[in-house]
Amino acid sequence: MKFAVKAWSSGKARAGVLQLGSCPGPIETPSLLLSTRKGLPHFIPPDLLYSLPSPDSHLFHVSSLHFLEGLSRQTISKIGGLHQMLGLPEHGFVCIPRDSIQCLPECNSSNKFGASFETPCGRRLIKPVEYVELISSLRPDIWTTLADEVPTWVSEKRNKTSVDRTIRWLDECIALNPAGGPVFGSIVGGCSVKERERCAQEAARRNLSGYWIGGFGLGESMDERPALLNAVTDILEEEKPRLITGLGLPEEILQGVAAGIDVFDSTYLCHLTLGGFALTFPPDGVEMNASDNIGSDQTKINLRATVYRKDMTPIVENCNCYTCKNHTKAYINHLLNVHEMLAQTLLEIHNTHHYIGFFRSVREAIKSGNFEQFRQKFVEGRCYHVAAEAAAACT
Amino acid sequence: LFGMALRFEVLGRFNRARAARLTLPHFVCQTPLFMPVGTQGTIKGLTTEQLEEIGCQIILGNTYHLALRPTSELIDDLGGLHKFMNWPRALLTDSGGFQMVSLLHLADITEEGVTFQSPVDGKPMLLTPEESIQIQNRIGADIIMALDDVVKTTITGPRIEEATYRTIRWIDRCIEAHKRPNEQNLFGIVQGGLDPVLRDICVRGLVDRNLPGYAIGGLAGGESKDSFWRVVAQCTASLPEEKPRYVMGVGYPLDIVVCSALGADMYDCVYPTRTARFGTALVPEGVLKLKHKAMADDTRPIDPTCDCMVCKNYTRAYIHCLVTKDAMGSQLLSYHNLYYMLKLSRNLHSSIIKGRFPEFVREFLQTMFPKGDVPEWVCNAMEVAGIDISSCCTPFSSPQD
Ligand SMILES: [Zn+2]
Ligand SMILES: [Zn+2]
Repeated sequence: MKFAVKAWSSGKARAGVLQLGSCPGPIETPSLLLSTRKGLPHFIPPDLLYSLPSPDSHLFHVSSLHFLEGLSRQTISKIGGLHQMLGLPEHGFVCIPRDSIQCLPECNSSNKFGASFETPCGRRLIKPVEYVELISSLRPDIWTTLADEVPTWVSEKRNKTSVDRTIRWLDECIALNPAGGPVFGSIVGGCSVKERERCAQEAARRNLSGYWIGGFGLGESMDERPALLNAVTDILEEEKPRLITGLGLPEEILQGVAAGIDVFDSTYLCHLTLGGFALTFPPDGVEMNASDNIGSDQTKINLRATVYRKDMTPIVENCNCYTCKNHTKAYINHLLNVHEMLAQTLLEIHNTHHYIGFFRSVREAIKSGNFEQFRQKFVEGRCYHVAAEAAAACT
Repeated sequence: LFGMALRFEVLGRFNRARAARLTLPHFVCQTPLFMPVGTQGTIKGLTTEQLEEIGCQIILGNTYHLALRPTSELIDDLGGLHKFMNWPRALLTDSGGFQMVSLLHLADITEEGVTFQSPVDGKPMLLTPEESIQIQNRIGADIIMALDDVVKTTITGPRIEEATYRTIRWIDRCIEAHKRPNEQNLFGIVQGGLDPVLRDICVRGLVDRNLPGYAIGGLAGGESKDSFWRVVAQCTASLPEEKPRYVMGVGYPLDIVVCSALGADMYDCVYPTRTARFGTALVPEGVLKLKHKAMADDTRPIDPTCDCMVCKNYTRAYIHCLVTKDAMGSQLLSYHNLYYMLKLSRNLHSSIIKGRFPEFVREFLQTMFPKGDVPEWVCNAMEVAGIDISSCCTPFSSPQD
């Protein structure tokens, strides 16, 4: 793994390149880490992955907890790890324990021995040694150390304990790391700037390939986030990549980018797809014109809405994703009505394609030194719409 | 003269078996062919691009389901089912009658049509032959099916006789109602239960109407395999040589090989996709249950002889951890199973063309029954088909013929 920052804008926002041995070309950051289920996208069949923008779509998030059951570590090793097992030799796999959908941290059951998670196979306590064994059979391109993630509402004491454990497990994971593969150190600390700083300082002191920032999207407000993010990124070495879980909405991504985050998980897209939503906002944020689209909040549309029953246009006019080039809103509306899986396949393709486009716009704004303007315009467009909607609701 | 929107050219034969080119308004097909079932205008998580890729020629849509949602009027408004689901190749729709009788309680058949309780509001509804055709005209498939009086093959007595004659009476109402004979082909359905006399009466009644093609209906409904193949053999023997023959609701790979040997051309079945949802893969040896514990450390592909996308990339162990838990499991297995069925169709076609059909049948049976325990009904059917499978049936046969 190699990483280099190529451009800065508006202070801390940065554009870089992440090179992974397996990927055909460098992946430009800020970048989207695609959510998977056991290593493959939730609904996009592997033979249709070529239709997504490359190499932007080659970074996959694998939840190591998905492999606690089903097949043994020995079998995974025998097959040759994730790249071989998933038939995707040119993709980059990033192992983070949780997936934020079915596998979530369960801080009340975590203890000094390991982190606890709710998983589809029940509540499971994972110790660093088991975790690293699993990682060594999966052979990901990047993996993060085990963390004790806690939500914002825990006590100050519990938050402190979470940082202590996360640092201890960081050392244990590094010591156990058999293949010496690229490790990203986990940083937690909840809503305490002090604890965030402490955890970041400890991580920055270790020999790590990059950082994973956890504990976001667990109850903190958008307003308190910049201070927490900046507290961490101010301490981290600039030349190492920073990955985050828990920021999903376009505004949240922009908030993270402003604080100097490079890679974002895509749980948000997964929730949209499962809910029957398709992203429709202009990826560059311009022309947020008031639309007569019912079932739209200017970012996305709900394809279950009856207004799309006879709509023979694609989700987004001129979108060149597989879905928009081949199918109409009316067809997807029908598929959702009759609970056919192809609806999710088509939505996941479009949403992924669309969000990758948004990230490209973000990068362009950084490279041209206009990130802050881009962000402001984008957020204002959204606020204007929300205000217009509220005004309409009052009359 | 009744309009026809198809051309059927037999390109090769072996005894009763035939390989043909079936030219439909939207696609030039090669028979024998298997039609995957796309009940609601889609096949279980597969894209139309994938279906083209694996060689699907005709997709079957269920009129009953499509009429309920999104409704045939909407499909018509939006330019037909081909456009609605973006499928450039051929489509076939059934009459809707069978689905009503099999899915709904209180469905009752009278001379007027099939009466049933609306699943939407519970009100009594009536599907007449005219209405079935009208709906299918709106959907716009390349092949549409006549409304027939469906009776379970296991029923005997006067009801079968009534159904046979009614099916013939209804075909005239279907023909009369068919408004797009130059774009859509109306197939008649041979009924008559397991009674050879009634089957014969029905075949003759339908053949007199000079339809573009014929289906053999009322099978795959619990009758014995021996009764099943005999009905197929009887019907294929008396249906016209120059028209396609479709055995409805069939079937398993073995059934398709046997029916093709007996001179049938087209098949449809939900089996490959349904069984995929339960974790079962179709393989030359029969079936492979991927849910089985033993699969958890099996690093071979599902079928080492298969060159589909799934077998080229995935191990049984990985599919094992997906099946029945994750959507991708049934997507990948459906893909493999349909690939298997479509490849079987292609192999049937090419082996007949190349004059090596008997060899193909023997290899197929030897792989599926390595111990030589070929079921008796298959042996009986192959005798009628004029294919010598004695080398497959003896327990101590040598590998060379
Ligand atoms: Zn699109
Ligand atoms: Zn296969």
